[in-house]
Amino acid sequence: MSNIAGHRSGAVWAVHLSVVFLVLLWLFPTVGLFVSSFRTADQIVSSGWWSSLSTQESQRSPVRVSGEEIESNGAFVIEGRLFGLDDVEISAWGTSSRRATEFQPGASAELKDGVTLSVQVDGSFQLSSPVSQEGQRLPRVFTTASSPPDFTTDNYTNMLSASGSGGGMGKAFLNTFTVTIPATIIPILFAAFAAYALAWMEFPGRMILIAAVVALLVVPLQLALIPLLKFHNAIGIGKGYMGVWLAHTGFGLPLAIYLLRNYMAGLPKDIIENARVDGATEFQIFTRIVLPLSFPALASFAIFQFLWTWNDLLVARVFLIDSSGQTTVMTNFVVELLGTRGGNWEILATAAFVSISVPLAVFFFMQKYLIRGLLAGSVK
Amino acid sequence: MSPVVQGLLTIAVAVSVCVGYFYSSNLILDRVLFPAKGPNAGRNINVANAIRPWLFLFPAFAALALYLAYPVFESLRLSLLDRSQGNAFVGLDNYQRMFAEPKFREALGNNFLWLLIVPAASTAFGLLIAQLTDRLSWGSIAKSLIFMPMAISFVGASVIWKLVYEARPVGFEQTGVLNAVYLFLTDNNPLNWLTIPGWNSFLLMVVLIWIQTGFAMVILSAALRGIPEETVEAAIVDGANPFQIFFKIKVPQITSTIVVVWTTITITVLKVFDIVFAMTNGQWNTQVLANYMFDKLFRANDWGVGSAAAMVIMVLVTPILVWNVISVKRDYRA
Repeated sequence: MSNIAGHRSGAVWAVHLSVVFLVLLWLFPTVGLFVSSFRTADQIVSSGWWSSLSTQESQRSPVRVSGEEIESNGAFVIEGRLFGLDDVEISAWGTSSRRATEFQPGASAELKDGVTLSVQVDGSFQLSSPVSQEGQRLPRVFTTASSPPDFTTDNYTNMLSASGSGGGMGKAFLNTFTVTIPATIIPILFAAFAAYALAWMEFPGRMILIAAVVALLVVPLQLALIPLLKFHNAIGIGKGYMGVWLAHTGFGLPLAIYLLRNYMAGLPKDIIENARVDGATEFQIFTRIVLPLSFPALASFAIFQFLWTWNDLLVARVFLIDSSGQTTVMTNFVVELLGTRGGNWEILATAAFVSISVPLAVFFFMQKYLIRGLLAGSVK
Repeated sequence: MSPVVQGLLTIAVAVSVCVGYFYSSNLILDRVLFPAKGPNAGRNINVANAIRPWLFLFPAFAALALYLAYPVFESLRLSLLDRSQGNAFVGLDNYQRMFAEPKFREALGNNFLWLLIVPAASTAFGLLIAQLTDRLSWGSIAKSLIFMPMAISFVGASVIWKLVYEARPVGFEQTGVLNAVYLFLTDNNPLNWLTIPGWNSFLLMVVLIWIQTGFAMVILSAALRGIPEETVEAAIVDGANPFQIFFKIKVPQITSTIVVVWTTITITVLKVFDIVFAMTNGQWNTQVLANYMFDKLFRANDWGVGSAAAMVIMVLVTPILVWNVISVKRDYRA
């Protein structure tokens, strides 16, 4: 619009900037979780994730000098590194908490009894004393150090290994696939035939059935929980995979029928009429002509149903998850972590990110079908 | 049997049963029951063609009837019974008990706030972004990034936002963005946002708005593209400024789409359960109907009141249901 209305470059810039701002605003929370999942527990609680992206100057916790004493030229010397092999850059140091920034790196501090201590920029130190300090408490060093961005994939290896602190996530991940794939495929089969009948067959009551599908599209599945659980118990499947597959199939059908019917009804009439004239049966027309042509709509629905079943918590909790804990799914796994390890962000962030990684991958690779489905699926 | 094998087996069985059913039922209809030959060939073909649609429709509609239609009536029935008295009929007792409960009234009140704020904010943001990105060279990338939360589960989104709202004690470095910004702007102490009644419900709504804006944006963006160029050009020729073009030319032409987006999000709001369940579980005055219902059904084991709460959600959805059915009927007649 702005480029039509008078080529005002100021307005164009305002549009660019506001879109940049909105995109960043929308991305910021997710990026936070993503970055946090690559930080250690200590890092997560000691600074905001946004500061981990740049080099930070911070006061480190004090380190007590330690190491092997070596005698050379009449002096007893201990050498070593304060932070092991960590990549740090010390900007100031001191030997007491009140004067933590007393010395520059490279400077030498006179401690009592002729003991001297020097600390270099990279954290290496040298403590030298005229007499042996064997058995004495060695001084503590307070440092202010700037550390470059530092990330680790330990959280992921921990969580994915069965023995790690997130034990069971691998299982939950697999369970989620076990729920989603049949729950995606089965409703498509049922729906495709019904959609074809609603789109291309003439029979009394067709309008009423279409209206019924549209009505069921908005019925909250909350109403179905207890009646269906009772039903599942009555027919003997109880809580388990069969129950959750059936429930997802039932709940997915209205959208499936609605989407597919609308798409099929838009297919060119000539093709179907010609096939009928040529003596093809309805079953042949459906399987050979209509079904292949409806691929985009099938893909749209499949993506919807996959995302919905993967992300679902309620249906899984009611129809699948029992007290044995063997059948948990990713969403439930994350919710339980929130309850038991609400403060352990390294675990929480990693588990949450694993659980959203699959839908995100599906989203980015198949966005075209998703958008097409959304446009076709909203009642107009 | 491992669940994975069971899953694959179920897929195979379901696919073959389904295809087998359709194939053989058609075959039986055409060859055995009403063959298209012999003295009654013409009549048989007509009868077979009258029956065939129902063969196609039967599995799907049987499942719909059992899994969505029957539960509505069963829930209504359950809401009139008392499970603790051996399923005795108690009339509207459950409803009376429910309306007398402060937690229910809190849930109802919060739900009305959600219904007012979330659809309005999501639609407004969606429309704004759709309009801003309409002619932008990198608009599709921007839209794709804003659309992304749609793929994230409510639970995942809850964790993401919990990190934003995270509060650490006074004197510690704040790791939640909200508190970091709050301390940067004021000299106050950090706040535990999710426990402050009034604010916390609003902060939970932000999560859903964040998710639903992408949906609104995608639909409204397509609608904006569908506006005839001539109407906009005519307005420019007449000297309308960009705001007038947007509010007086474009918005009126996409009103019906805005209504669709609004009602779709309204339905999502009524069903929202995971966000509240994961973030506060209805504590600190954040209860909503869907979570209240879950609480009654599965924690208190009170099926009567739980079903009554489900019926309240159903009643709130009904106007939209009726409106959708009417508009679909109108569309097909036209």
